[in-house]
Amino acid sequence: MSAVGTSYYDRKGILGTLGRDGLLQIILIANSIIMLAPIVIMIFSAFKTTPQIFQSPFGFPDLTQVGNFVKIWTQTNFLRYLLNSFVVTGASMVLILTLGTMAAYALGRYAFTGAGFILMFFVAGLTLPLKLAIIPLFMLMRDLSILNNQLSLIFVYTAMGLPTTIFIMTGFIRTLPNELEDAARMDGASEARIMWSIMLPLVRPAMVIAGIQNVVPIWNDFFFPLVFIQNDALKTLPQGLTTFMGEYTTDWGVLFSGLTLSAAPIIVIYIVLSRQFIAGMTSGAVK
Amino acid sequence: MPKLRMTGRGLWITALIVPPLAFVALFVVYPIISAFAYAFFDWQGLKRGAFVGLDNFHTVLFVEPYRSWTLNAFKNNIIVFFALMVLQNGLGFILAYALWRELPGARFHRIAVFLPVVLSTIIVAYLFKLFYHPLFGVVNITLRNVGLGWMAQPWLGQSGTALWSIIAAQAWHMVGFPTLVFLAGMQRIPGEILDAVRMETESEWVKISKIVWPLVAPSATIVFTLLFVGAFNWFELPYIMGGLDGSPFGSTDVLGLYFYRTAFGNVSAGQQDFGLGSALAVLIFLFIAVIASVITVRLRAREIQI
Repeated sequence: MSAVGTSYYDRKGILGTLGRDGLLQIILIANSIIMLAPIVIMIFSAFKTTPQIFQSPFGFPDLTQVGNFVKIWTQTNFLRYLLNSFVVTGASMVLILTLGTMAAYALGRYAFTGAGFILMFFVAGLTLPLKLAIIPLFMLMRDLSILNNQLSLIFVYTAMGLPTTIFIMTGFIRTLPNELEDAARMDGASEARIMWSIMLPLVRPAMVIAGIQNVVPIWNDFFFPLVFIQNDALKTLPQGLTTFMGEYTTDWGVLFSGLTLSAAPIIVIYIVLSRQFIAGMTSGAVK
Repeated sequence: MPKLRMTGRGLWITALIVPPLAFVALFVVYPIISAFAYAFFDWQGLKRGAFVGLDNFHTVLFVEPYRSWTLNAFKNNIIVFFALMVLQNGLGFILAYALWRELPGARFHRIAVFLPVVLSTIIVAYLFKLFYHPLFGVVNITLRNVGLGWMAQPWLGQSGTALWSIIAAQAWHMVGFPTLVFLAGMQRIPGEILDAVRMETESEWVKISKIVWPLVAPSATIVFTLLFVGAFNWFELPYIMGGLDGSPFGSTDVLGLYFYRTAFGNVSAGQQDFGLGSALAVLIFLFIAVIASVITVRLRAREIQI
């Protein structure tokens, strides 16, 4: 960059370059303000009473004023929803990563008849919008007697997450070297033992990417609970939020703190792991 | 001995592959195939009735009031798609280009632009619903504070602005996604090509239109296709912000909402029709599949292998 860059700056003039970069910098700063302002206003408002929000929506709040949060903690089912979201997301992730690794390992490590076809079968599921199959899914869950049961969500999320996971992980597992595996095989290790103790530890980076790609949409999903779950005690967080927002329509302080609490877990994890999040969530679109 | 080993290996592969295969077959493939079958039957609530051929398709496409509802929702989806093409993908390209320069603070801006993407759509929907409130929402308060009080209006309450207000919320929510996909595409452009271009031209515009844009074509193919599928599956934001009926007066009704309402809408009032719902699902599905393939194939042809 530097050598060519110098001649480039010389020819174009330092002012022209500064002007261009200055414009780009202004665009970026303006955009970041637009991206962050709604979130900052949401968090600020969570610490205000409703009259305070109406009078000074942008003012810095008194952060010791946590009455709204106490109300949510004590008067709503919020904790229940949060716990449900953890259970459903956690169980789905365990199933996705276990089953996904199994299939990807078989497809990526062994040559067998039909492997290409099976991979195609999985990958075909990548682009299908499963929302449109909600009527047969509803009937299927009814026939399995798991309507109004979190298993219905866990099963759908697992099936939805498998194609991307298998796609990402098969590609990764294929690139792993053969030497370790062959050496272990010569020492008489079983196939299961080779997979568990030798190959799986190497697969972790791909598991993280596949995991993040699936965990965010599952944690945030609203559509499937809307159709499958009626019982308030079983609702997940996004769905519970609709119940809760309907109950407190006029108490804006409580509404904003409910939104803040719902957003907090994922915002905190995102800020800590932003690199992995960005890589994971765009991995389907970036080759 | 070798024969036995082979069977063992075959069993091992089968054990690995069958459980995931069964999951996808039962919960993805079977429901999608069934969705096609459901559309050819008459349904009374949850009970399947007689085979009616193409009647359900005929009803949603040609019989009033379904015909108007279908056309209205479809029209709104088209608006949503083209608006987001500009607001989400167009803006995303500009932001990606700005981030690509690696100016001071680029890391911070990259994290900021992607932050809304990780939020639940439901949170975004309620947040903006509060922001658009006619009296106490920050949008109107800001307008009044800067002397543009005459522009303050009930954004979600009138047909002319409701859909656009929801589109703006969607663009805020998701602009980070195309931005970072484009950025990844730009970062893959080899340095030699860029250096060569700098020798040839001083024009920023020529550089973008002749070099950067063609070279990020694979990223463009993907974000265009994903936006298309997403726009025609749009559901959560209009559901929360406009309501189940696409208020006001159907101005925020889209196919996803209309399909859900037709299928599950109002069980107690007997407005639930799985037959018509399935017909809509099949039509939307075919439309998405055909157009998405066309987009992908045409855009792929444009891509240049570096």
